[in-house]
Amino acid sequence: MADLHFSDAEPTASERRAVLAALSVDEASDGAVVVSHPRVVRAGMQRRKQMRHQLLPALHALQREAGWISPGGLNFVGRTLGVPPAEAYGVATFYEMFRTEAPAHELSVRHVCVDPICALAGAASLAEHLRSQGHAVHEGPCLGQCERAPAVFIQGRREPDRVPADGSGPDSLLVSVTASAPETPSLLRHMIGRDHGHSESMSMEAYRERGGGAALDAALSLGTDEVISQVTAAGLSGRGGAAFPTGIKWRAVADGEGPKHVVANIDESEPGTFKDRLLCELEPLAIIESIAVAGLTVGAEHGWIYIRGEYPLATQRLRYAIAQAHSAGWLGDDAAGSGQPFDIELRRGAGAYICGEETALFNSLEGFRGEPRNKPPFPTTHGLFGRPTVVNNPETLLNVNEILRIGPEAYRSVGTEGSPGTKLFCLSGHVGRPGLYEAPFGITLGELLGLAGGVQGTLAAVLLGGAAGSFVGPDAGELQLSLEDTRAAGTTLGSGPVMVFNDTADMSAVVERLAKFFRDESCGQCVPCRVGTVRQHELVTQIRRTGRSTEPQRELLGDIADAMGDASICGLGHTAASAVLSAMQLGLLGDTAS
Amino acid sequence: MTRSGENPRPAAETALVTLSIDGREVTVPEGETILAACTAADVETPTICWAPNLTPVNVCRVCVVELEGSRTLVPACSRPAEAGMQISTDSERVRHSRRMVLEFLGSANDLSQASEIADWSRTYGADPARYEGSADGGGDLPLRPEPERVDEPVRIQDDLYIRAYDRCVLCYKCVEACGDDAQHTFAIAVAGRGFDARIRTEYDAELPDSACVYCGNCVAVCPTGALQFRTEFDLRAVGEWRPDDQAVTRTVCSYCGVGCNLELHVQDERIVKVTSPADHSVTSGHLCIKGRFGWQYVHAPAFEPPTTSVTEH
Repeated sequence: MADLHFSDAEPTASERRAVLAALSVDEASDGAVVVSHPRVVRAGMQRRKQMRHQLLPALHALQREAGWISPGGLNFVGRTLGVPPAEAYGVATFYEMFRTEAPAHELSVRHVCVDPICALAGAASLAEHLRSQGHAVHEGPCLGQCERAPAVFIQGRREPDRVPADGSGPDSLLVSVTASAPETPSLLRHMIGRDHGHSESMSMEAYRERGGGAALDAALSLGTDEVISQVTAAGLSGRGGAAFPTGIKWRAVADGEGPKHVVANIDESEPGTFKDRLLCELEPLAIIESIAVAGLTVGAEHGWIYIRGEYPLATQRLRYAIAQAHSAGWLGDDAAGSGQPFDIELRRGAGAYICGEETALFNSLEGFRGEPRNKPPFPTTHGLFGRPTVVNNPETLLNVNEILRIGPEAYRSVGTEGSPGTKLFCLSGHVGRPGLYEAPFGITLGELLGLAGGVQGTLAAVLLGGAAGSFVGPDAGELQLSLEDTRAAGTTLGSGPVMVFNDTADMSAVVERLAKFFRDESCGQCVPCRVGTVRQHELVTQIRRTGRSTEPQRELLGDIADAMGDASICGLGHTAASAVLSAMQLGLLGDTAS
Repeated sequence: MTRSGENPRPAAETALVTLSIDGREVTVPEGETILAACTAADVETPTICWAPNLTPVNVCRVCVVELEGSRTLVPACSRPAEAGMQISTDSERVRHSRRMVLEFLGSANDLSQASEIADWSRTYGADPARYEGSADGGGDLPLRPEPERVDEPVRIQDDLYIRAYDRCVLCYKCVEACGDDAQHTFAIAVAGRGFDARIRTEYDAELPDSACVYCGNCVAVCPTGALQFRTEFDLRAVGEWRPDDQAVTRTVCSYCGVGCNLELHVQDERIVKVTSPADHSVTSGHLCIKGRFGWQYVHAPAFEPPTTSVTEH
């Protein structure tokens, strides 16, 4: 690292304090992962390189303290962590939650979601109302609270971040088709009907009484090979949307050379998805246990949680759970009596859909811009810090706990041959009871909508898989919701969002918003996505304005879609046209003219 | 590098891989890219963000090729060649994505000084005008609103080079050259996100106030003229930039003992630009401020010693 050049701007005393507090104190973990005091940081080049991954926590601290990332504050962070100011500025400007222009935010900022479900529920008038009350309002993308739309998240200025609906409204609805039979997998079994506002239920003792800890015990007695073979035999695939076989991923990392990492990807930002938020809020110790199972199975020393910045309650409860896991001996130099060191560090995102893409997440966590990396090489060999890395989302990890609890055969007793087990579906929009539903793979769309109290009014369309998914029409009630059936039908389950629209919804407005979402959330790294998402949004806007599409417009949309799908670096670009194209096919975007 | 006659060590066993480019078998050393294999097979590949002296960042995506078994196209510039790969470089899918990348750039940027991109755009039939508003869409409404373009004022903050970011296609080359691919100065980085992403110093500080050391290595790798030597910018402004009339002379930098090779671009008996060959073993194309910009003395009036009268006794 060269000698760095900084401007003359100096931090205020409070900025300096806030940054140092964020860097030297690590709330929950102490040990395995580099936790350095600033004095140590200045010890040498190697140390500095190791410190860069603290850039995001440091920027969070500045933003909260000063209301923006000031030049003086940025200089201080850059000097402390050895990050060039231009690069730190590039990182700070990447995220929705950081402000890099004066004046600073004097007030806490109310983020209001304007994505389709919240828009239906009156997000625009809510934003207007909040403004009229003198609040600072930022209208932005999905906040992962679609079951209680319209969603608000308060980014605190000299107060903690919070979500007004947490603890004040009714609990979110949880339904599980499989919870009643003990020999079937159910992620929600112990979450349903519990008093989640009661802190006692979050204790390790209470968790153990519910059967917690069994997966970790089982994993340690079975050993690496048997755990992975059970996961493989169960046919578990990733629940984040890509459906990659979990056993293959774990095997590859287990076979790799250390140091290795396990990352829980809790950056769910797909519009319509809120399942991981609820899992972390309602059973955080299960998430910690499942990360430890993954880490000890593949021989990783370092566990990481990367969670959306917009999830303050889940973050708080996960931190509490990490602390309890330490006390219980699950984490530390001899994790759960395994003889292996394993620890977990939690990191908050700062508002960027793309950081849910696994390689973008690595870059973000390492203190770089959240731009996806080209694959191959894959995370199993070159993941976080270039090391072999397992990255899974909470739903996938909790399924491993269930496999270890009941064995692969019982696990496969529900679901389909190609998609064993259950899936969490996030129902939102025009259904009787929006909420989180667990059902075996293969349940039909009609049955699922029935479980959720049926469609309110006359069904116009269902968006499966969120912005990156596709629309199906009112005739899709018989569609079986399995990986293979949705693939055959040309659609996708994605991460499980099921967004329901009746005939009162302005569908062309919904489609235009989805196009805008991708325009806003493209990281800008590769040309097909950076420019393609803009051109797509411009076209959709114009089609909506005229109420019909012409042949040249449809051809151009198709051309853009093909290039984004074929030549983009990552999944964001690959799927950025899918909802728009399906809407066009279903006639949701106005008439087609020649 | 071994020179003939000294240390005739047996060449290390370099593993070779054989792959198929458009149906032709090509063998390259393991670790080489598909792009290198294409070049070995005499297949020309368009590139924008790739350069021989920089680490591939594979962001422009104009070099994509079709790899059998791959769901999406793959970037030739960075994907290592593997034995048995079946590569198509001229399929309909490849031609389409290349055309669209070039069209996208043409619709968003001023490419009037990007001659290579213009050549490739002709080759692939890119038509950026498809995105412009026209009146045949819906009655009196234009087919589309005017497409958003990268709109930036020219930044002239010193006598050495200018930055015209409306021409910038975000190929990241300047960032790489300023950072750990060459200079390790890290004066610039990509800031912002999506279509609003731009190359910036921190808070868009003026260059003289930034970490910039004026090595000009960013200017040397820029493919679109977004970064331009002030000499070229000024000559273009008066219509006097004539590359065809320029002689290029290779010489050795006179400042220190490192031995950097310089290429002096001379027009009308004046140096108008200094570059260094990308394949030069000392510089890899990169120079420092003295070699890059310190040539004005050549054109200073010749030194004339003062006339003194010496009276001899």
